[in-house]
Amino acid sequence: MKNIATITAKELKSYFISPVAYVITTVFLVITGYMFYSRISSFSLYCFKMMNYSKALETLNINYNVLRQSFSTMITTIMFMMPIMTMRIIAEEKKNKTMELLMTSPVTISEVVFGKFFALLILYAGMLLITIYMPLYASYYSKVDWGPIISGYVGMLLLGSVFLAIGIFASALTENQIVAALISFAFILIFVLIDWAANLADGQVAIVLKYLSLSSHSYNFFKGVIHSKDVVFYLSFVAFGLFMSFRVIESKRWTQ
Amino acid sequence: MIQVQNLTKKFGEIVAVNDLSFSVKKGEILGFLGPNGAGKTTTMRILTCYTPATSGTATIAGYDIFNDSFEIKRILGYLPETPPLYLELTAREYLLYVAKLKGVPIAKHRSALDNVIQKCGLEKVIDRVLNNLSKGYRQRVGIAQALINSPQILILDEPTSGLDPKQIIEIRELIKSLAGEHTVILSTHILPEVTQTCQKIIIINEGSIVAEDSYEELIAKTNKTNKTRVMIKTADDNIINKIKEINGVQNVVREFSAERNVIIVESEMDCDVREELARMIVNSRCGLLELKHEVMSLEDVFLHLITKEEGTVN
Ligand SMILES: Nc1ncnc2c1ncn2[C@@H]1O[C@H](COP(=O)(O)OP(=O)(O)OP(=O)(O)O)[C@@H](O)[C@H]1O
Ligand SMILES: [Mg+2]
Repeated sequence: MKNIATITAKELKSYFISPVAYVITTVFLVITGYMFYSRISSFSLYCFKMMNYSKALETLNINYNVLRQSFSTMITTIMFMMPIMTMRIIAEEKKNKTMELLMTSPVTISEVVFGKFFALLILYAGMLLITIYMPLYASYYSKVDWGPIISGYVGMLLLGSVFLAIGIFASALTENQIVAALISFAFILIFVLIDWAANLADGQVAIVLKYLSLSSHSYNFFKGVIHSKDVVFYLSFVAFGLFMSFRVIESKRWTQ
Repeated sequence: MIQVQNLTKKFGEIVAVNDLSFSVKKGEILGFLGPNGAGKTTTMRILTCYTPATSGTATIAGYDIFNDSFEIKRILGYLPETPPLYLELTAREYLLYVAKLKGVPIAKHRSALDNVIQKCGLEKVIDRVLNNLSKGYRQRVGIAQALINSPQILILDEPTSGLDPKQIIEIRELIKSLAGEHTVILSTHILPEVTQTCQKIIIINEGSIVAEDSYEELIAKTNKTNKTRVMIKTADDNIINKIKEINGVQNVVREFSAERNVIIVESEMDCDVREELARMIVNSRCGLLELKHEVMSLEDVFLHLITKEEGTVN
């Protein structure tokens, strides 16, 4: 446990020394912030226009029309950013030969993997935390239903964790950071878009593909429902990704 | 302290380490000597539990490298071939991080850090970012990193590479001062380094041990002949044949040189032919310019051992 904390602290420090953390956070906030701004302004404009039609006004819902859309913008953004955030996490250790220090110190490979995962998770959670200004801003002008927002953030955190686990795994595969980023992006894309394939397939295959899809498990969270099966799915995906990272690092020891 | 038995490491077809066996006593300094690609680094990586051996075993302080690697890592200090530095950190941040990884108690961090700063001469650079340090200073931080947990076992892969002559001497003195309390294995290409610091030398080539002994013993074992270097004005076949007839001379070879006038006379170990040789050359009026007894250096021993497969030793 102490070793995990040591590694987490070191990784966070490295992220904040290099510009990576700042650049990624800025890009994330600018993109999501811009989308939020444009949605909420068109939404208010629309409300304004519909003012005299009470029937139409009833169908307008800030949760549905603005905040849920903001979550999907966030997902799209992190799909591109997580591979960049995670690409160095293990590849760099191999490239700079610091892996040799870690592997000859009394720390286990799982402590290394968990330490790095938690550092990334903290970084990501920090980014998410800043976006809370969106529902807060909306609630200032309108009545906001907080249930779906809280469950939405839980979903974002879980989905992001999956992306991070995929990124760590890809980074363990190679010492080339660009290759690592491309591999994790490919994996993320496959597991997000597997839904489409599910729609084309039929029978058992469709069910399996649907189950494996990262996006199909996210819908409930944004509707305001936290289903244990979705939580279990994401957590097992994370566990599997981290376990595979462990296996890759372990097996590479033999050829070093 | 360290027992190595039939250690073998293969990378596919390549046999990097081939059936290596040796032992190191507590407090001894062992020097690993060998040409590029001999398998020094690979052997060290196996002993530090970084990479598993293909076959064979080794125990360090009674712990098996495969089964008890965790215990070994606690008492180990290791300087890899490339110092494992996090270039974005300062030397101080880096060394404290290594101290935490190695499980040095927090109460001792300060004293451990002060100790390695002083031993490795890092006072001036301790708060600088590692990326901005020169190669020599990076190497010193690498050595400091290996010493930070005052390990019982110290494994140093080419510890003096990249250092300036003064620092080389200081590091050698440092390593010598560690003997006794710490058991040290170091590898190097620099031959005087092993003669000066190590009690025991192992010469390896293509993954196998070709010689294993102290420096004096190695010289004694390899020196089966006396060598005399003779420079004469005209070195024709005639004179060479005459020299060959001198009692005790075993072999006469021309040394490669532009004038072809330097010859090496090999004679039996306990037979000094210099006097007879000089008289003969002077008498045949060949013009004796120089006559010198050749002492075999470790370089010669080394080259001798790694170039002659049949090997005069063992
Ligand atoms: N990861 C690897 N994959 C394949 N072959 C390897 C690997 N590591 C080492 N080798 C091979 O094993 C042999 C021994 O290499 P090693 O690095 O141990 O030599 P060395 O004695 O340390 O040489 P040097 O003096 O150049 O440092 C070499 O032939 C090398 O090519
Ligand atoms: Mg080497």
